[in-house]
Amino acid sequence: MNYLVIVLGAILVNNIVLMRFLGICPFLGVSKRISTAIGMSFAVAFVLVLSTIVTYLIQIYILNPLGLAYLQTIAFILIIASLVQLVEIIMKKVSPALYQALGIFLPLITTNCAILGVAILTIQTNYNLVEGVVFAVSNAMGFGLALLIFAGIREHLELQNVPQGLKGAPIALISAGILAMAFMGFSGLV
Amino acid sequence: MSQWKNFTKGLIKENPTLVLLLGMCPTLGVTSSAINGLGMGLATTFVLVMANIAVSMVKSVIPDKIRIPSFIVIIAAFVTVVQLVMEAYLPSLFKSLGIFIPLIVVNCIVLGRAEAFASKNTIGKSAIDGLGMGLGFSIALVALGSIRELLGSGRLFDIPIYSENYVSLLFVLAPGAFIVLGYLVAIVNRIKKN
Repeated sequence: MNYLVIVLGAILVNNIVLMRFLGICPFLGVSKRISTAIGMSFAVAFVLVLSTIVTYLIQIYILNPLGLAYLQTIAFILIIASLVQLVEIIMKKVSPALYQALGIFLPLITTNCAILGVAILTIQTNYNLVEGVVFAVSNAMGFGLALLIFAGIREHLELQNVPQGLKGAPIALISAGILAMAFMGFSGLV
Repeated sequence: MSQWKNFTKGLIKENPTLVLLLGMCPTLGVTSSAINGLGMGLATTFVLVMANIAVSMVKSVIPDKIRIPSFIVIIAAFVTVVQLVMEAYLPSLFKSLGIFIPLIVVNCIVLGRAEAFASKNTIGKSAIDGLGMGLGFSIALVALGSIRELLGSGRLFDIPIYSENYVSLLFVLAPGAFIVLGYLVAIVNRIKKN
C-alpha cells in the first residue's frame, strides 16, 4: 500500500473532521484561539498515535486469537481512557502551563470520536502495524490542520458583524461547512 | 421537578443536540437520510435509558475516583449489545450507520447525562431523563436528516418527493451537514428567545 496515498488521503481527501465527521466536539469547542488549538492538536496527536498502536496490538494478539472480537468496543475505549489519564499525568509534570490552558478539554479527549474512530478504522481497513501508524499520524495532522484553519477563521469572525441570530455556534457551523466545501476540492487527488 | 417536566426538558428546552451542542459527531455523520437519523436516534436512546438506569443503580457503590471509567464500561457494554443486535436483525441499517454505532460509546450526551444526572438521581428519574434526552436527540436527527434528504436527493424516508433534476447535491455531502445544522441551531435559539 502506497504510504503517500494513506498520508494524502487522511490529511486532505478524507479529512477526519471535515469529511468523516470525527472529532467535531473539540473542533467546535477549542478552536476559538489559535494557541489553544495548537496545544489541543498536539495532545490529540499524541493520544491518537499511541492508542492506535496499542489497540491494534490488543486486537491482533488478544481479541482475534481468543475469538473475542465482539469485545472490541469495550476494550478499545478502556485503553483510550487509560492512555488519556497517562497523558494528563505526564503533562501535569512536564508542562503545567499547557495543562492549565487545556483545562477540561484534556479529559475530554477520551470522548473524542476521532481517537476511537481511527482505532476502529485501522482495524476495519486491514492495515498492518506500520500502515496503521502512518494512518494515525496523518489523521492527527489532518485534525490539527482543520483545527488550525478553523481557529484562524473564528478569530477573524469575532471582529465581523455577524447577524444577531447567527452569533456563536450557528455561524461557526456554517463557516465549518464552507471550509468543508473547500476541502471537497481535494477529492479525486488520490 | 415533575416527571413530565423531567421528560420534556430533553425534547426542546435542553435538547442535547440543538441547545446543549453535545453529540455532534453522529448528528453530522449519519443524517444524510431521515431513516438513518431515526435509526441512530433510537439506538442512542436505548443506550441512554439503559446506561442511566444502570449508573443510577450502582451509583452508591462506585468509588468517586474511578467514576468516569466505570460509567464508560457500563455504556460500552450496552453499546456492544446494540451493535450485535443491529448486526443480526437490521443489517442494512447497520451498514449505513457504519462506524457511528460503536461511537455511541463516546457520544458526549450519554456520558454527560450519566455524570450530570444519573449519578445523582433515582433510577426512575434517570430513566425518564434518558428517554427525554434520547428522544430529543432523535427528533433533532430526524429533522436534520429529513431536510438534508429532501433538499439533497428529492426523497423523504426513501419516498421520491420531487424530481432528481432539481436537487442540490451539496446537502447530502459533508458541507451540507454543517450548514443545515448551523441554521437549525439558529432557529432553535430564536424560538427559545421568544
